[in-house]
Amino acid sequence: MNPESLSFIFLSAFLINNFVLALFLGLCPFVGVSAKRDTAFNMSLATAFVMFVSSTCSYAINLVLTNFDLEFLRLISYIALIASSVQLVEMVLKKFSPVLFRALGIFLPLITTNCAILGVALFQTSRGYDFLQSVSFSLGAGAGFGLAIILMAGLREKLELSNLPNITQAAALSMMLAGILSLTFMGFAGLGTVA
Amino acid sequence: MATPNKKETPLTMDVFTAGLWKENPVFVMMLGLCPVLAVTNSVENSLAMGAASIFVLVCSNALVSALRNFIPKQVRITTYIIIIATFVTLVDYIIQAVSLDLYNKLGAFIQLIVVNCLILGRAEAYASKNSFTKSVISALGMGLGFTLALVMLGGVRELLGAGQLLGYQIFSTNFEPWIVMILPPGGFIVLGVWLLLINYVEEQRAEKIINEDAVPHNTAS
Repeated sequence: MNPESLSFIFLSAFLINNFVLALFLGLCPFVGVSAKRDTAFNMSLATAFVMFVSSTCSYAINLVLTNFDLEFLRLISYIALIASSVQLVEMVLKKFSPVLFRALGIFLPLITTNCAILGVALFQTSRGYDFLQSVSFSLGAGAGFGLAIILMAGLREKLELSNLPNITQAAALSMMLAGILSLTFMGFAGLGTVA
Repeated sequence: MATPNKKETPLTMDVFTAGLWKENPVFVMMLGLCPVLAVTNSVENSLAMGAASIFVLVCSNALVSALRNFIPKQVRITTYIIIIATFVTLVDYIIQAVSLDLYNKLGAFIQLIVVNCLILGRAEAYASKNSFTKSVISALGMGLGFTLALVMLGGVRELLGAGQLLGYQIFSTNFEPWIVMILPPGGFIVLGVWLLLINYVEEQRAEKIINEDAVPHNTAS
């Protein structure tokens, strides 16, 4: 497959270089919000949406910054952009789906500090993707984040029902589970590598 | 505005040592996990990441604490993020100037220090409420605790994954490196094992304290 093609970029962000399990981005919500499948699903929807909005906007901002030779402002403008798109999502959700808004609660503003989102913006810049490639990359990354967190939530719901020793409380066992998940995802590396 | 804190606790050694172990940002509070797992495939990377994080943490907490009476409450998070992003941009360019090799190894993770929840968390929870000196000292403690955790992970992963420590060969050449330790799954598994170990030690200690308390009580009765 051509590594520049849109489908390959999507697949690579989705499975091969999964944002959570291979690149270690967005671990805080991955550990924090993966206790229940419903919340995990809603969280992944909101994250994917913010990712899409901020990735398209950061593409435009990068064009402007490069035009004026202001690359050193890139990080600051990206983070301001992400903070405002989270605010935007918050307002839209509050208006059109108050139920979902309440279900997500505190996790919505916390999307701002989700490194997966800044990661998408930074990676697409450093890899020099054009507009369509950026869109495909952000969609793939959002789907990959959702896949990982929902799989993890399913596993943790099963763990709730089993009898475990005391020392595996809190995050210790989640980390081991994530390790095994990550090991299985490495199998997708056979599909091809990305530079 | 400009109201001095009423409950300013005195500056003790605890302010510094809390971050080292008792409230270790990684093992106890589970903050800033992304860089912890992503860059700890060798001790060298861990140290560099730790140093960069300490710099950003101390500088941004110092500035946040110095400006804490001037930042309006409504926009404080945005202000903190911008302060942090400024220092991260600095670190990013400094590392690029000092060692391009190291910069390429750490990749985007230098810039991703911006969204390290540890730094924003300390700014919000500590520096915005405490005096300049205390914030700096506490940030230093937290940063060292973070670096300690990074090195603990990086040490195990480099030793098992490459048979080396800081680039020196530790095991003989017959040793077959556990490649998986350097790859992503190794990060999760090593952190999981460390957490299990720490939980075990804490549990043993708690039991010991309970037993010691119980013994004199029994002899007295």
